[in-house]
Amino acid sequence: MTARSGAENMAPAIELRGISKAFGPVQANKGIDLLVPRGTIHGIIGENGAGKSTLMSILYGFYRPDSGEILIGGKPIAITDSLTAIRAGIGMVFQHFKLVQNFTVLENIILGAEDGPMLRTSLGRARAELKRLAEEYELQVDPDALIEELSVGHQQRVEILKALYRQADILILDEPTGVLTPAEADHLFRILRGLRDEGKTIILITHKLREIMEITDNVSVMRRGEMVASVKTAETNPTALAELMVGRKVLLRVDKAPARPGAPVLEVRDLRMVDADGVERLRGIDLSIRAGEIVGIAGVAGNGQTQLLEILGGYPEPGAKLAGEITLKGQPLALKGSDARARRRAGIGHVPEDRQVEGLIMDFTAWENVAFGYHDAPEFQNGLMMDNAAIRADAVGKIERFDVRPPNPDLASKNFSGGNQQKIVVAREVERNPDLLLIGQPTRGVDIGAIEFIHKRIVALRDAGKAVLLVSVELDEIMSLSDRIAVMFDGRIMGERLPEQTTAGDLGCLMAGVAPSDQDAEAGA
Amino acid sequence: MERMPKWADVILTPLISLVLAFAISALVILAIGESPVEALKVMVEGALLSSYGWGYTLYYATNFVFTGLAVMVAYHAGLFNIGGEGQAAIGGLGVTLVLLYLPWPHWALALPAAMVGAALFGALWALIPAWLQARRGSHIVITTIMFNFIAAALLNYLLVNVLRPQGSMDPASASFPPATHLPKLSDMALGLGFEWGKNTPANITFFIAIGACLLVWLLIWRTRLGYEIRALGKSEPAAVYAGISPTRIIVIAMLISGALAGLMAINNVMGEAERLIFNAVEGAGFIGIAVALMGRNHPFGVFLAALLFGFLYQGGGELALWTTIPRELIIVIQALVILFTGALDNMVRMPLERFFMAMRKRGGA
Repeated sequence: MTARSGAENMAPAIELRGISKAFGPVQANKGIDLLVPRGTIHGIIGENGAGKSTLMSILYGFYRPDSGEILIGGKPIAITDSLTAIRAGIGMVFQHFKLVQNFTVLENIILGAEDGPMLRTSLGRARAELKRLAEEYELQVDPDALIEELSVGHQQRVEILKALYRQADILILDEPTGVLTPAEADHLFRILRGLRDEGKTIILITHKLREIMEITDNVSVMRRGEMVASVKTAETNPTALAELMVGRKVLLRVDKAPARPGAPVLEVRDLRMVDADGVERLRGIDLSIRAGEIVGIAGVAGNGQTQLLEILGGYPEPGAKLAGEITLKGQPLALKGSDARARRRAGIGHVPEDRQVEGLIMDFTAWENVAFGYHDAPEFQNGLMMDNAAIRADAVGKIERFDVRPPNPDLASKNFSGGNQQKIVVAREVERNPDLLLIGQPTRGVDIGAIEFIHKRIVALRDAGKAVLLVSVELDEIMSLSDRIAVMFDGRIMGERLPEQTTAGDLGCLMAGVAPSDQDAEAGA
Repeated sequence: MERMPKWADVILTPLISLVLAFAISALVILAIGESPVEALKVMVEGALLSSYGWGYTLYYATNFVFTGLAVMVAYHAGLFNIGGEGQAAIGGLGVTLVLLYLPWPHWALALPAAMVGAALFGALWALIPAWLQARRGSHIVITTIMFNFIAAALLNYLLVNVLRPQGSMDPASASFPPATHLPKLSDMALGLGFEWGKNTPANITFFIAIGACLLVWLLIWRTRLGYEIRALGKSEPAAVYAGISPTRIIVIAMLISGALAGLMAINNVMGEAERLIFNAVEGAGFIGIAVALMGRNHPFGVFLAALLFGFLYQGGGELALWTTIPRELIIVIQALVILFTGALDNMVRMPLERFFMAMRKRGGA
């Protein structure tokens, strides 16, 4: 099944003709035509809410289209549910993995594809098949490991293996690199190329232009429910694609004047943290941020950035041991017995790394979320009650100034796109005019138009003389936004650089823990 | 985008669940050779078609409002308080101590004091599970269930060995002094010049229950504490990020929940029995779970659901009295209602959502 003899079936792997889908008054897909040739990697890009996910959900049988036709391998097919899709050879790797955390890899692979009531035979067959796939495609995973023990990158491999085990010929990946480190992403791309070379067809949904340019053969651009272009990747460039996505010219570089740093706002001295499991997460962080300056922390996710943000934000994980010194505008901040509320009062705003888990209550309305964390502010109180009218009025203003779409304060936050959710969080934190803004992964899962907007706001805050600590795993973002870059590796600052005097390669070395010889960062270890 | 109109979500879904539960109940009644139509007639007549029936229905409903609100408040904080039974029982102890050991010249003075006693004891009984959950991570479902048993054992001991008047064979406290007896709704009706619900236990606590619904609504949706309770219930990491202390909110929410459950004792202990008897709660703590579920964790819904269960309780009692349908079957009917409105909610909701989506599509096209 894996490699069909080529000439026998040269029809495109997937052909969509005039697919339309509406949800009430919202036209999510409008007359979509798409042609994906067999044995290619096909990128689909578009802003959040452009209709990419709806289209793929139609292809995977989650939604039925209102009109239009789907052809798989040249034959029309009605995909009524995901089982039909799987039988037609379509495999899907979701952005949020659908794995049973306390099952082993092998058990997850056969889940729903067991050969019979007894598991033994299926497990044996799966083990053999897994071994073959691992060798063939660099898809090594320990078949007996529990999912919860695997890194995110490995979990994703399990998802891919699941699809391949079900003999998928067409693999759809939805934002696969959103959660991966750069090295893991590179590995994923090698796997995808291997699969393509074996004759599999791959659809990659993303909004990262760099990935599109790097790995796809063809690319289709979606905008507001329509397919606005389909081109060969070799014949286009990032700027052209970005314009197609947004429908106007986009600044990929951040336009900012040189920083004019003032007095130090935040000083961190020898900050150490040992988590509840006894693992040393921070091994002596020294950091200083001045007013009117953006300091970017570069680094592969999981090297202590999250812990640093949480400690500064006032909520280190429970059971952690802390040592060191933090001062804000000369005033020492308590390491113990503090909470996020006290930090906000002290003048620290915080856009957390994960807006859906921390930054917003997804079931709350937008206006309720605009007060979140500041709900105890005096202007929002009315005697014993909360002044909901004042909060709502405040939210309406922020929603308007930050161009949150749809501008409906009564909509539940989960019903906004990722970019608009992030705008709600950024509006809330930035408009409080904090002396120090902590901002983690400001543009993760955010579409290009919103990225530009959020970057502008961060720079504006800096120009107003505030200090910004930016943590991002996107090196491009760090390079273009920071006035100074500190690289974190294994709980230490490996080195500091000025963006105009460094290169991605130089930073990459530091991120990998390779200190240049003239640095004595290792000396204390 | 909402999947279906709000009225369908709030009214139609529970209504269909209810019809299904009654349909299956009818089948069960048929299976034992009785007439479901006759049974329904007896229930409706006995519970709703006379002021006597209403007197009992409202009395039971009052109990369920308190326990339903208790479950609801905890639910908004993300906690499943199954301990309403024990908290209400201990609330009864609080009422008893206040009324027996302090002299009261008039019920109007005794009532607020008894309310404080009931709420305080109920809250304290919820405090230990709350603290264990907040600080030690002991699951509140397990601990509150265990505390139901502990409450029963404690009351058993106290009633037999401490509170039982000398010479009495009954494991119950002495009767409360007449000055502390609460006005019945029937007395109040007489005061207004008409006869209503003679010899029924419904009393002034019914109005306190309505007041409690209003206050809980204000608390959850209009106060900062309610905002923080809801935030914690929806996402603990987000609450921590916002500077809300989970420990504090868990403890406070459970104290309020326990206090509400305890307040039920005003109705059954002070208002009806006028002394503390063993097993005074009679399962109302557990019915509260169904009431909160069916009431969609909103005080207005809780109130309506409590009325429904009040009807089932009273109608069920009538059924056992006037027909050969065994008493146990009433429990079956109540269980079916709980099953369909609570546990199987999605069974009705999902087809209904699909139906409304299809309707909307047709309307939009």
